[in-house]
Amino acid sequence: MHAIQIVLLCFALFAMSRVLIRYRRGGMRVLHVFLWLVFWIAVGVVAFHPDTTNLLARWLGVGRGVDTAMYLSLLVIFYLLFRSFGKLEDLDRQLTRVVRANALREMEEDLAGKKECKG
Amino acid sequence: MGQRIIVIPAYNEERTITDVVRSALKFAERVVVVDDGSRDLTATLAKDAGAVVVRHAVNRGVGAALGTGIEAAVRLGADAVVTMDADGQHRAEDAGRVFDRLAEGDVDFVIGSRLKKSEDRGNMPLHRVLLNTVGNILTYMLFGVWVTDSQSGLRGLSHKAARTIELRTNGMESLSEFVKEMKDKRWKMAEVPIKAIYTDYSLSKGQNFFVGVKVALKLIFRRFIG
Repeated sequence: MHAIQIVLLCFALFAMSRVLIRYRRGGMRVLHVFLWLVFWIAVGVVAFHPDTTNLLARWLGVGRGVDTAMYLSLLVIFYLLFRSFGKLEDLDRQLTRVVRANALREMEEDLAGKKECKG
Repeated sequence: MGQRIIVIPAYNEERTITDVVRSALKFAERVVVVDDGSRDLTATLAKDAGAVVVRHAVNRGVGAALGTGIEAAVRLGADAVVTMDADGQHRAEDAGRVFDRLAEGDVDFVIGSRLKKSEDRGNMPLHRVLLNTVGNILTYMLFGVWVTDSQSGLRGLSHKAARTIELRTNGMESLSEFVKEMKDKRWKMAEVPIKAIYTDYSLSKGQNFFVGVKVALKLIFRRFIG
């Protein structure tokens, strides 16, 4: 077994433990837990038996197993980036809504206060 | 009801805000300054100059500030709303002309265009003209409406438009989003030629190439996904 295999295996185990811990704290949906576990188990299997990627490569029509793994990981990374970008935009809008609601409330309180003073 | 209200989004504009508010008050019953999380005296000076000040606790960008300002104006009973920059590049009398155009009653949305007539380009620097043209083309490609100055900060909304506008982007890209709203909600539009005053100060505040690229990306995202 090569060092890189051990590193990858350990990392996959670590990542799975993080997923389970987050799930136990109630921070993750069951579907997401399932998808992440499948992903990290796949990483573990590939690390342990690199030849499995060749099977997939042949089936997909890509030359080498390692290349297939690279293509697929890039795909996953882009998808996650895209999703994070969308999430950030959502948060940005929500923050604006909160800031705006506060600002308008303060303005109305200010103006009401002024009226009372005059009255 | 029946009030003319000028909305001025401002972020760290203590150098210019007093004069801008005072001149704006000559053409509107009320001036609303949205202090977008400034760290200087913008809010205090605006209030002293006679504006109603709405304060964002943190900086949210010019689009968010415009949205807040327009909503504030509606709550204050605005019959017509004109937005204006805080850096002194707009003349208050041009805001007056936009109000006059709205008062004719046949349009809901008026853009004060710095490029409506080429002789009115004034001292707009060439790179700004180019950036603006790119903005116009992009606005046209994304939203299908041609305007001569898609990036102008001086624009007017009728009561109906001010009440129904929904700006979802926070930054400069919201200027093109107005155009999208106009198209979606079938407001009638007019353009009024205005003269912009370019100073080193106002130029340092506005858009540059990199802001432009960011704005373009956000607009594309807004058009197809957001």
